[in-house]
Amino acid sequence: MVELIVTILLVVVVLFLAAGVFFMLAGAIGLLRLPDFYTRLHATGKCDTLGEVLIIFGLLLYHIYYYSPGAELSVQLVPVKLLFLICFIFFANPTATHAIMKAAYNTGVKPWKKGDRRM
Amino acid sequence: MGEKSSAKSGKGFGIFVTFCAMFLFWLLLSGILDVLHVGAGIICSLIIAFVSYDLLVTQKWDKMLRKSGRFIIYVVWELWQILLANFDVAYRVLHPKMPIDPSIIEFDTSLRSDLAIVTLANSITLTPGTITINIDQEKGRFQVHSIAQKPADALLVDKTMQEKVAKVFMEE
Repeated sequence: MVELIVTILLVVVVLFLAAGVFFMLAGAIGLLRLPDFYTRLHATGKCDTLGEVLIIFGLLLYHIYYYSPGAELSVQLVPVKLLFLICFIFFANPTATHAIMKAAYNTGVKPWKKGDRRM
Repeated sequence: MGEKSSAKSGKGFGIFVTFCAMFLFWLLLSGILDVLHVGAGIICSLIIAFVSYDLLVTQKWDKMLRKSGRFIIYVVWELWQILLANFDVAYRVLHPKMPIDPSIIEFDTSLRSDLAIVTLANSITLTPGTITINIDQEKGRFQVHSIAQKPADALLVDKTMQEKVAKVFMEE
């Protein structure tokens, strides 16, 4: 019974990591394929946020399974720190994306319109 | 006289709440429970609570609690939207023809307070196909870059997100 639970937990961890890697990959491909500065920020700003959060969440679950039983308090608190990290990414990432976007707009980077040539 | 004393108790209460939050944060981050570490934590939390309690507790307590409750419900909805956003971007990026049609749109909202505007701006950035460019706080005007027509319509026509944020911060 315990082995079954551990197996399910590991499968869930791998699924989280795989989903995170998939979204990071989609973000990277978007960075290369999309036509201009603004649309590229769409790919990096969104996919990186979710990709990072999914990977960290997978690591959090793995840490609970692998280190937590019988460890010191400071080791058992590592998942809490990872949770703080997730919260921070959720605040910082869209704010940074917005700041870059605003800086580009204010300095006059021309947005790409449908039908234009690729820059 | 009565007003003054209530303001005073509000200050003490604010310091107390800030101290509890800071000290809990300290314990969670350190995880070492000997006299030195806990004592240093208490001293640091007290200093921070005295200096900056007015940043954390800005309004009456019951109102803040109700807003926090609504905010958590909103965050759950927002997480679902973020998931949709990522599938949307992944689809557009990996599709051989790249179905994008970027445009810059503007719209007005009823939001005025800092926190409400930041929440809406970050939500717009995280949800499908839209990123905030500029905000005029006095008019509540948002300038948004959208990657295709459909996400732009979601903000211009449906306005679900603006209404939800306005409801959370009671600024309808």
